[in-house]
Amino acid sequence: MNLWTDSILVLLALASLLLLGSSRIAGCIRIVAFQGLLLGLLTLTVQHGTPSLRPLALATAIIALKGVAFPWLLARVLRDAEVRREVDPLVSYTVSLLIGTLALALSLWLSQRLPLPTKPVASLLVPVALFTILAGLFVIISRGKALTQVLGYLVLENGIYVFGVGLVQGTPMLVELGVLLDVFVAVFVMGIALFHINRAFDHIDADRLAVLRD
Amino acid sequence: MEAGLTFALPLLLAPLMLGLINRTKALMAGRTGQPLLQTYHDLFKLLRKGAAYSRTTTWVFRAGPTVGLAAVLVASALVPLGGVPAAFAFPGDLILFAYLLGLMRFFTVLAALDTGSSFEGMGASREVTFSALAEPTLLLGFAAIARQTGSLSLSPMYAGLGSDAWRHAGPALALLAGALLIVFLAENARIPIDDPTTHLELTMIHEVMVLDHSGPELAFILYSSALKLWLLGSLLVGIVVPVRSGIVWIDTLAMLAGLFALAVVTGIVESSMARWRLLRVPQLLVGASALSALALALILR
Amino acid sequence: MLLVLLAVLLLLASGCAALLTQRSFRASAGCAVGAAVLAAVLGVIPSLRVLCGAAPQSLHLPWSVPYGAFFVEVDALSAFFLVPIFILSGLAAVYGAEYLGSYRETRSLGPAWFFFNLLVASMVLVVIARNAVLFLVAWEVMALASFFLVTFEDEKESVRDAGWVYLVATHLGTAFLLVLFIVLGSTGGSLDFDQFRVAPSQTGLLFVLALVGFGAKAGFMPLHVWLPEAHPAAPSHVSAVMSGVMIKTGIYGLVRMLTFLATPAAPPPAWWGWMLCAVGLTSGIFGVVFALAQHDLKRLLAYHSVENIGIIALGLGVGVLGLSTGMPTLAALGFAGGLLHVLNHALFKGLLFLGAGAVGHAAGTREIDHLGGLLQRMPWTGLTFLIGAVAISGLPPLNGFVSELLIYLGAFHGLTSAAAATAVPVLCVVAGLALIGGLAAACFTKAFGIVFLGEPRSDHAAQAHEPGLAMRLPMLLLAASCVLIGLLSPLAVGALAPVLANVTGLSPDVVRTHVAQAGGVLSFVTAGGVGLVGLIAALAGVRSWLLSGRRVTTTLTWDCGYAQPTTRMQYSASSFAHPLTELFSVLLQTRRRGVAPAGLFPHAASLATETPDVCSERLYGPVFTTIGRGLGRLRWLQHGRVHFYVLYIALTLLVLLIWKLG
Repeated sequence: MNLWTDSILVLLALASLLLLGSSRIAGCIRIVAFQGLLLGLLTLTVQHGTPSLRPLALATAIIALKGVAFPWLLARVLRDAEVRREVDPLVSYTVSLLIGTLALALSLWLSQRLPLPTKPVASLLVPVALFTILAGLFVIISRGKALTQVLGYLVLENGIYVFGVGLVQGTPMLVELGVLLDVFVAVFVMGIALFHINRAFDHIDADRLAVLRD
Repeated sequence: MEAGLTFALPLLLAPLMLGLINRTKALMAGRTGQPLLQTYHDLFKLLRKGAAYSRTTTWVFRAGPTVGLAAVLVASALVPLGGVPAAFAFPGDLILFAYLLGLMRFFTVLAALDTGSSFEGMGASREVTFSALAEPTLLLGFAAIARQTGSLSLSPMYAGLGSDAWRHAGPALALLAGALLIVFLAENARIPIDDPTTHLELTMIHEVMVLDHSGPELAFILYSSALKLWLLGSLLVGIVVPVRSGIVWIDTLAMLAGLFALAVVTGIVESSMARWRLLRVPQLLVGASALSALALALILR
Repeated sequence: MLLVLLAVLLLLASGCAALLTQRSFRASAGCAVGAAVLAAVLGVIPSLRVLCGAAPQSLHLPWSVPYGAFFVEVDALSAFFLVPIFILSGLAAVYGAEYLGSYRETRSLGPAWFFFNLLVASMVLVVIARNAVLFLVAWEVMALASFFLVTFEDEKESVRDAGWVYLVATHLGTAFLLVLFIVLGSTGGSLDFDQFRVAPSQTGLLFVLALVGFGAKAGFMPLHVWLPEAHPAAPSHVSAVMSGVMIKTGIYGLVRMLTFLATPAAPPPAWWGWMLCAVGLTSGIFGVVFALAQHDLKRLLAYHSVENIGIIALGLGVGVLGLSTGMPTLAALGFAGGLLHVLNHALFKGLLFLGAGAVGHAAGTREIDHLGGLLQRMPWTGLTFLIGAVAISGLPPLNGFVSELLIYLGAFHGLTSAAAATAVPVLCVVAGLALIGGLAAACFTKAFGIVFLGEPRSDHAAQAHEPGLAMRLPMLLLAASCVLIGLLSPLAVGALAPVLANVTGLSPDVVRTHVAQAGGVLSFVTAGGVGLVGLIAALAGVRSWLLSGRRVTTTLTWDCGYAQPTTRMQYSASSFAHPLTELFSVLLQTRRRGVAPAGLFPHAASLATETPDVCSERLYGPVFTTIGRGLGRLRWLQHGRVHFYVLYIALTLLVLLIWKLG
């Protein structure tokens, strides 16, 4: 199983890196959907032996939510809000990729120094989780449109989830449910908020919302 | 037996004090003046009359004099006559006394406001101001006597104010007497705080509050003001006259002499001074508080 | 114990039910009010049982919050505070059922009932909590619930401002409480009340923290500034509960702290008593002086709450002085007076606020100078308000006199038997109480006289009508309780004995002796009171006998020959209080605006006076403006760009990670 786990983790890292370089919002949404799928598979592969009902159900739920439902919701917002289909980068793509690589190196270094309570399932787990978190944060910071900020937030949540699934053995249900609920509410709220912001201002450019300050 | 004496004497003799004051003033003015027992005649006359009420008034107006008289009657059961103990004595009765007078004042003021007249309102307003300023003086005076005699009840306190007390704490007691004299004049609406003979609204405090009362209620009011005069007077005379022989009738006679002397002194004061400007009255009252506080400080030392 | 918890659960459940059924006014009100009354009955029973000598019961359940535990106990002190909480909130809920009815068209009332029941439940929890985390959570819930109740009519700007002031003030106090509990718990390592260990060097600091933290809720000067804003803004049944019992939770906290900090083995230093007396005197005198200058009925009552908290503080101060000088009489009498005043004030202040609400409801205005003659139109409200006014002025034979008498007795004992050093503060207590009493009587003759007596000064007042039974019944019950406690005072003091033993740490026998002595004095007072009532009845009988068969006429008030006096020519409230407000004008800083009458045939003239709170203008105003200006320089950080905000977060995170792990 380690091989599967490691491959999924590598794919996750690659997906995050790709996200940093994408220039079209639809592409970003598809990458995030792919990450959701990977996360569901990861849930299954970290189980020792054949997965019982609970992890199976959890994996299905995650694939359904993060892989299908949320991207579909966001795609709908994209279609209805009539935004320009290009990502609005505040930091250029090349620099973003460079920063992404640096972030990967940083997470590798940090994960070596991080004192963890239990040994992680795979040695790549902590670096990939950290990297995904950092990538998500970076997307929030450096992309202008509100939609991409939602995507960045989703990626952040994915990273946290990877941490959780790898470190906490016997997956306490509460943690997952909490995380899932969190994300659900976030997307729901953001979806509605985006819709309303668009209605009020005819755009969902977050940087133009600075006029709202006190 | 003594208890009954201290309760019965004011009931019988209090209106005589008013008569004495008026007679003194008349004599000082070169007139013959009213008979000494005139107040009794006035009371009986009023009790025989009917009453006229203003349409604005409610039951509060009718209750005012009744509550006032009842409060003063209960208070008179607490006040000793110098060395002769009162009908009831218990630690803390001095506070009950002060607040019973406060109850009487509260309802008199409410009855005044009930008429909806500006005159009564004016009198009521001044009355509450001056009595708010006079309260601390009275209680500080009590505190001084309590500290001196080591008791918290009026009867033992005053029983302990014999010539010994004067020898030990003469100056303090003299200051106290001065402060209580001012309280006596203020609470009974005498000159220099108020003029009980005129009915001009600008000069009145107490008189104007009872402007709309008539008949038996006016009798109640007149009688309760006489009682209040007697009670506050006995508090003052109890300090000034240090006769504590232990024999009831000697003490009683000494106190009665003192009270009548006080009435004459009041009459003299009223005849020789004019009423002060109302703005100066708070200063006078605060001065009285200062005297009380000073007396207390002397005793504490 | 279980009954009290059941009452809390009932309140919470009914609050949620009221929210769910908010479409139907009757259903939500019925749910909430019924539950409040039932909870009151359920809660009072165990409290009374503990006060009559039953052993305290406790319940300790673990809780997942760190350092927290669901540790509750009903001992004598808690039971004593539970009684007014339950009684007043039950009665206020009944009142509110009709009072809020006039708002049913304009807004939904479910949240109002939810927050009311939540407020009561949180107050109960505050008083029974024995773990600092539980205490603080309940304290905060209490503050928030009352905030939402205060801003009930949030369409008015004044109400919104009042809510903000209240929120800021209560959180400042809570900040001090946090520090207090942390320091208290740090020595013992646990935040359970019975595990608190106090190092002797810390007691002074802890006392000051408690005084400020709890004083902000109780309303000591100068932390009182939220009271005159919040209490008038809230609906009247909420004002009654807030003024009657919520501010007393501050006093409860202070007394509870004293039980930790001052034991018979380690008596408190004298300066604590001095401080409490000083705070009590300033709150009392300033409170009543400011009340005199107000012309809004509820604002006047709010300032009177400040004054009465001052009187309670005076009682506590005398008690602490007794503990520090080792004079048990002083301690017992002072604490007895202060604590009994807590109960008494809850009763008569609740009554007065309910009455003020009825007046505002009926006449449409709370402005005293526009009212008048309401006694003829609202006889029952007037009667109960009069009883409340007589009680709050501390006049015999009602309950206000009893608690003030106990404090006086304590002070006089201190004067007669103590050394000169202790005699000075108690001397100030005596003089201060006398002045406060006189001024309070002045203020309430003004309030009752101008509002209820005379002729109506406006059309609104002329059309006032008596409120319905739901509003009258609580007022009547509260008035009856004032009279009962006044006449049955020895019993009330007897019930205080276990509380005093708890608070002062003196042995129960010593406490019982002193309580018996006080009871003896009070039985004389009761006899006097009964005699007074009897005499009043007898004299009234004499009067009617004298007047029967005689000519009794009704006529106009003597008006010195004015041809057409109008009702506006009566004495106004401001004029009534004018001699006193002139005297204290240095403190009050009243502002006048107006047009003076001019010429031989003057046209319209006007006069308006306004007395804003001197502490909030001179003390807090400048401080907050300076802070605001200083912080305004950091405005450039708030550029409104979300990206930068997240960048700040991410950078901080990275820096922390690298620093800690590198």
